[in-house]
Amino acid sequence: MRRRPWLVWTAGVLTYLFLYVPLIIVVVYSFNDSRLNAEWVGFTTHWYGELLRDEQMIEAAWNSLLIGVVASAVSTVLGTMAGYAIYRFRLRLLPILVVMPIAIPEILMGVSLLIFFVMLNLTLGLVSIILSHIAFCVGFVAIVVRSRLSGMDESLIEAARDLGATPVQAFRLVTLPLIMPGIVAGALMAFTLSIDDFVITFFTAGVDSVTLPLQIYSMIKIAVTPEVNAVSTLLMLLTLVLIVIATRLAPGSFRGK
Amino acid sequence: MALLEIRSVTRRFRDFVAVDGVSLSIQAGEFFTLLGPSGCGKTTLLRMIAGFDQPDGGQIVIDGKDMAGVPPEERNVHTVFQSYALFPHMTVEQNIAFPLKMSRCPAGEIGARVREALDDVSLLGMEKRFPNELSGGQRQRVAVARALVNRPKLLLLDEPLAALDAKLKEKMQLELIALQKEVGITFIYVTHDQEEALALSHRIAVMNKGRVEQLDEPAVLYSAPKNRFVADFIGECNLLDCTVALQDGGTLDLDVAQLGRVRAAGVEGSAGATQGTLALRPEKVSIARALADETCVNRFRGKVHDYLYTGDVTLYIVEVEGGRRIEVMLPNNAVGRSSKFFEPGDAVEIGWREDAGHFLRD
Repeated sequence: MRRRPWLVWTAGVLTYLFLYVPLIIVVVYSFNDSRLNAEWVGFTTHWYGELLRDEQMIEAAWNSLLIGVVASAVSTVLGTMAGYAIYRFRLRLLPILVVMPIAIPEILMGVSLLIFFVMLNLTLGLVSIILSHIAFCVGFVAIVVRSRLSGMDESLIEAARDLGATPVQAFRLVTLPLIMPGIVAGALMAFTLSIDDFVITFFTAGVDSVTLPLQIYSMIKIAVTPEVNAVSTLLMLLTLVLIVIATRLAPGSFRGK
Repeated sequence: MALLEIRSVTRRFRDFVAVDGVSLSIQAGEFFTLLGPSGCGKTTLLRMIAGFDQPDGGQIVIDGKDMAGVPPEERNVHTVFQSYALFPHMTVEQNIAFPLKMSRCPAGEIGARVREALDDVSLLGMEKRFPNELSGGQRQRVAVARALVNRPKLLLLDEPLAALDAKLKEKMQLELIALQKEVGITFIYVTHDQEEALALSHRIAVMNKGRVEQLDEPAVLYSAPKNRFVADFIGECNLLDCTVALQDGGTLDLDVAQLGRVRAAGVEGSAGATQGTLALRPEKVSIARALADETCVNRFRGKVHDYLYTGDVTLYIVEVEGGRRIEVMLPNNAVGRSSKFFEPGDAVEIGWREDAGHFLRD
């Protein structure tokens, strides 16, 4: 290894180029003064202005935001409970049940949720989207919270009880503050997953409700205009910020020592 | 009446019996130690006293009250954990105030009592530090201060010094003894370190495989172990299997394989014994090129097989003419010892007095 660092470096650089060049192109062309994503003409912020005047886009953004906030809030509470239960009670089935929605193919999840909602006679729309987003976000939150908990000395909870705290006080005064970074990181992850999701949303959205990813998809069916680049850039920026915050808050879940 | 009564307490984990019908009675003000190898059940017993675990059988009575079903927060018992279990998100001050807040201590009193507790463990000025800003010894003291601040009836200490280095350990042992004397609270101390147990305790219960092998004061445990396990676990010991050849009033003549005839003092309960073990502490055996001491009735010639130099003493392993190896301890400042160490292969004479060995019947 030590003898050929350039090999490692080249492999590393090529991998990152492969991953990030397409994204960089999207960002660069969002500032291109041309209808076509073909050649660089000149710098403009015209497409961002266009974005703000596009009512459908604004509505889709509001929907995405609403779904993201509600779904991440609910799945944070449920996921924290699940993560705590997995940590505390060493259940055999619960971890599998919680992680399953993450592991199974999204398209399968989308189709089965669609069939499920139809069986329930639930009108497809914001509610069905929120429910399905909760279904796949809970697992992520549970995993982050559980990993935060397993890094915690179990005798801390016993010490709290020993010193006179009831189980509820021990959770509120000791466990909760210690796992809070994990919970917040889980919530941010849930929010990014929700706002980015396309496949599952596509199946459960119905006809009237549109989210940002769905709107982008419907736009590129006609032509990839720089407006799509602009909205993609904004979405990317939001995701990036949230992920950076999440990794800062719960380094254990994302980083090695 | 005893402060803590443990009445035939049993705890099983599946097929494993961790605590097997243990009965103990601990008096108020005592420094009591549960001593034993890992897996002997001492920590399980401690956890049941604290209320983290419930016995499968038997009774734990604290201050006359049966503790069955009483959760840890309602017991007047506090624990110092091996890991100290200081709350990492709270300062030293907040950690120590925690039990006071839980017991609804008036807010105006908390500050003064925290300072008093910090003074007890000489940590004044550390109030605003977080646990990760303290040294191992300081954390240990915060843990003790936190556990003592609202004066529990009973303080449980689970190997609290295990994580400290030898020098600091000794210092903390002295501090613990002084503190216990000062506050007068009953301490129950769990350790696998026999030296620590001997140094700290008023009484020690030696545990093995879930049972109490012997319960006595340190000096009695050391000089009069009741069985092979205790003799072997506490301090260094030569354990010689023997048969009783002759019993004459106060003395026993014992035959030890590969050694020969040995004379030992009879002990309580040795009448009529035919088989047993002679427990002989290395420091009670004398060693010289030719023994001058006439009181050593048991004398054997042999040669030095090997030795261990440990600074204050040297432990010699001497192989006697019959082939048995005996450990002999010689203080390095011993009066009359030769200026030179015995080297492996040197011819020596070893010997001990009639009452040096301790006979344990099978």
